[in-house]
Amino acid sequence: MSAERLSLEVRVRHPGFELVVAEELALDGFTAVFGPSGSGKSTLLRAVAGFETPLDGRIAWNGEVWFDAAARVNLAPHRRPVGFMFQDGRLFPHLNVAENLAFAQRRRRGAGPARDEVVTALDLGGLLHRRVHSLSGGERQRVALGRTLLRGPSLLLLDEPLAALDRQRKTEILPYLESVPARFRVPTLYVSHDIDEVARLADRVVVLAEGRVQTVGPTAAVMERLDLQPLTGSFEGGVLVEGRLRGHDPRLHLSQVELGGGVLATPLLERLAPGQAVRLRIRARDVALATVRPEGLSIRNVLPGELVEIVDEPETGFVEAFVRLDGEGPPTRLRARITRAAVEDLRLEPGRRVFALIKSVSFESFDPH
Amino acid sequence: MTLPELSSLWLSLYLAAFTTVILLVLGTPLAWWLARTPSRLKPVIEAVTAMPLVLPPTVLGFYLLVALSPDSPLGRLWVEVTGGTLTFSFAGLVVASVIYSLPFTVQPLESAFEAVGRAPLEAAASLGAPPIDAFVNVAAPLAARGFLTAAVLTFAHTVGEFGVVLMVGGNIPGETRVVSIAIYEYVETLRYAEAHALAAGLLVFSFTLLMAVYAINRRYPLHVR
Repeated sequence: MSAERLSLEVRVRHPGFELVVAEELALDGFTAVFGPSGSGKSTLLRAVAGFETPLDGRIAWNGEVWFDAAARVNLAPHRRPVGFMFQDGRLFPHLNVAENLAFAQRRRRGAGPARDEVVTALDLGGLLHRRVHSLSGGERQRVALGRTLLRGPSLLLLDEPLAALDRQRKTEILPYLESVPARFRVPTLYVSHDIDEVARLADRVVVLAEGRVQTVGPTAAVMERLDLQPLTGSFEGGVLVEGRLRGHDPRLHLSQVELGGGVLATPLLERLAPGQAVRLRIRARDVALATVRPEGLSIRNVLPGELVEIVDEPETGFVEAFVRLDGEGPPTRLRARITRAAVEDLRLEPGRRVFALIKSVSFESFDPH
Repeated sequence: MTLPELSSLWLSLYLAAFTTVILLVLGTPLAWWLARTPSRLKPVIEAVTAMPLVLPPTVLGFYLLVALSPDSPLGRLWVEVTGGTLTFSFAGLVVASVIYSLPFTVQPLESAFEAVGRAPLEAAASLGAPPIDAFVNVAAPLAARGFLTAAVLTFAHTVGEFGVVLMVGGNIPGETRVVSIAIYEYVETLRYAEAHALAAGLLVFSFTLLMAVYAINRRYPLHVR
């Protein structure tokens, strides 16, 4: 999938709030717009969809101008080839599920997925004849996502589609959401204030605060930025790394993942095939450092590497140490949260050879795009 | 009932049906505009629309009589086009009823459209529906009860109209002698039996109609949220 371009140059003013964004975004796969509530994420998405008219600026999609204040261009929302999914789904209550889906399909102008494909991908088969008000929150969002896909959008806009759901429902719908950009070949812009969702889904993050873009970058890199921690703080400091599944050991109930020249033992994940790429999240507090390869230790995951940077955590006894793991290919970095006392005792400094001891690993995603 | 009584009843129903259809056609866009406009003119238009609620029918009827008379531009135009006058004619009654019953169409529709809100229309637009499509296939079905209420209130109110009809239409059998006028005349001439028959008929009719509406509303609640 080649990246498509969304050029944004918008100024939107609401009482007591101003959103100013000037970015050229290359979109493919999942791009998250992340920020605290009131940061202007939804406003930005609504401006792209045409529900919000900026004071001035320009919005173009692959060179096609949707809004241009100077040229007095403002394409009506129904003419923009976007699919917009709302936080509350906004299914039409006077239509049943099948009719809601048909509403979108009948009005689409270009190509789009077949109904059966969407129904299968989102498991909607059993819901087709249900009334909208009898659906659970999670079912409603699945139908809403399906309806949006059937519109055949060339850009998918998701406005906090999981925010109204409890944790369990979220876990139910995440796998469906995750597969969408790749399966339906539609770049997706996804608004969320939940850093865990962002970590799991997004390839790229736009961080927004107080109506301004703070940074744009690959998810893993943005998560690592310490200066953004006041914003990303609810994400427990750590890194996202990509590894490859090597194999399973059902007897010990473990799977092996190749990472940075070493092998990590993880909880058994039988449903994955060897060779498959996996995204792991390793929290800084779950990583300890040693200067020699430890023996007689219950921690099984020990990966060699080089200490590259130590950053003080002000007003605590801790520092964050960044370790580049040995291995071929693009460098894999880990973050370790260790005490300042340990740094002094072990005389840790950049350049030092270390062993990273990883206490636990959590899977974020099984099929990075 | 005798023929003149039946004819006045028929005339009332016919006038009410005609008025209701015209008002739904004219009132829907007006109510839609009122429900959605950010314009500063909105309170002015709303006040004008609500005037028939507070004005004595005689006042309204008097101004209509003046405006529709053959001496006025509108009345003269009507005479030139149709050969007849607007005053003291069925056509004049329709015009008067449309104005007199306007708030009974516009106000229920306006609140129904306000209750629908922007959200479903944005959803419709996001699925590629142009505004008229979104109105017909989303807003209107969601406001179905508002349409029902507006239609019934307009119809019933027009059937019950008296003062304005008397001022503008007079009392011409088969042309402007609607049921309320007929009742008035029977009472004036002390023909209570006939007055009773018509009055009771009207009472039963109104009650049945309203009860049917409330029953429908109860039986088919709309799940809007």
